[in-house]
Amino acid sequence: MHELSIAMGIVAIAEKEAKKANVAEIKAIDLEIGTLSGVEIESLNFAWPMAVANSVLEKAEKRIHLIKAKAKCMDCGFDYNIENLFDTCPKCGSYFKDIYQGKEMRVKSLEV
Amino acid sequence: MCTTCGCGVADDIKIQMPGDLATMVSDLNIEAHHDHTHSHHHHHDDRTIIDVEQDILQANQLLAERNRGYFLGKNIFAINLVSSPGSGKTTLLEKTLADNKDKKKFYVVEGDQQTMNDADRIDALHIPVVQINTGKACHLDSDMVNQAVIKLNPEPDSIVMIENVGNLVCPSAFDLGENARVVIVSTTEGDDKPIKYPDMFAGSDVCIINKIDLLPYLNFDVEKAKAYARQVNPNLIFFEVSATTGEGMNEWYEWLLSKK
Repeated sequence: MHELSIAMGIVAIAEKEAKKANVAEIKAIDLEIGTLSGVEIESLNFAWPMAVANSVLEKAEKRIHLIKAKAKCMDCGFDYNIENLFDTCPKCGSYFKDIYQGKEMRVKSLEV
Repeated sequence: MCTTCGCGVADDIKIQMPGDLATMVSDLNIEAHHDHTHSHHHHHDDRTIIDVEQDILQANQLLAERNRGYFLGKNIFAINLVSSPGSGKTTLLEKTLADNKDKKKFYVVEGDQQTMNDADRIDALHIPVVQINTGKACHLDSDMVNQAVIKLNPEPDSIVMIENVGNLVCPSAFDLGENARVVIVSTTEGDDKPIKYPDMFAGSDVCIINKIDLLPYLNFDVEKAKAYARQVNPNLIFFEVSATTGEGMNEWYEWLLSKK
């Protein structure tokens, strides 16, 4: 998708938090990314050095925690892991589902 | 500018009406993105952990909800038109406006990387329009729409049509505060578009299949396209139209005008 945009968004959040905490540098950042969030981890890794250059994140270790997508079938109630938006319920074959996990794009915490 | 967006810089974004001097986003000092998070700090040895727990697109989401509140307060129905480039979004918009402008008050926000071309086409129909040129950015965000809508100052009980940048990927992640998202796919594209770009179809309320007048010359299978789209989003409402000949447009108008 627009991973450079996402990376810049992360930098903006980190800059704000660093200012509040009165630190010039962040040692590590923990991110939570859902497998259906649309974020390609490889592209994010590729965009990362450009995005963090000259920011508080320049030397930070980036730790990505992948969150597996899960859905609940709205027809039979079965709870299942999904990989694609068009996956069907493995139990009843229905496309109706509530994807309740896996769309996260979140800055979890910063280590300073 | 959108704090989440690195693909365009504020200096590049222009928001203007036909005949206007451009307003650069950087000239407007809008303090839209206040931060109300309260971080918690923990100390472990010599390290301090700051719990942030913040969505990366939160700034966009907050402003989108503000736009939604503005529309609700003025009883405005706002739609976000999305598609690949060349699906006929602007033609569909022109036809819709020309056929319905006497029944309802319309306003248009046009999003393109460059040029006032689309705004000029809408302006020719005497419909108030604001053009957003996103510069390097691949999508509209809620901040751009907020400024464009303030410039338009739409009357209560009207319809605001927002034509997004032609792109089936990036705009899917950016809520603009619209009441409905309408995805347009045309018969000159592949009928498997819905599963190739599932995020956009999953997030839409309506799917318009355009250019059906060309079906005899193409291999596009309408039923197959609909079946693919339903796999991603079983709740989609479909309209099969030709914005050029007008075929099927009445059903779409009926839906549009029934929305309050």
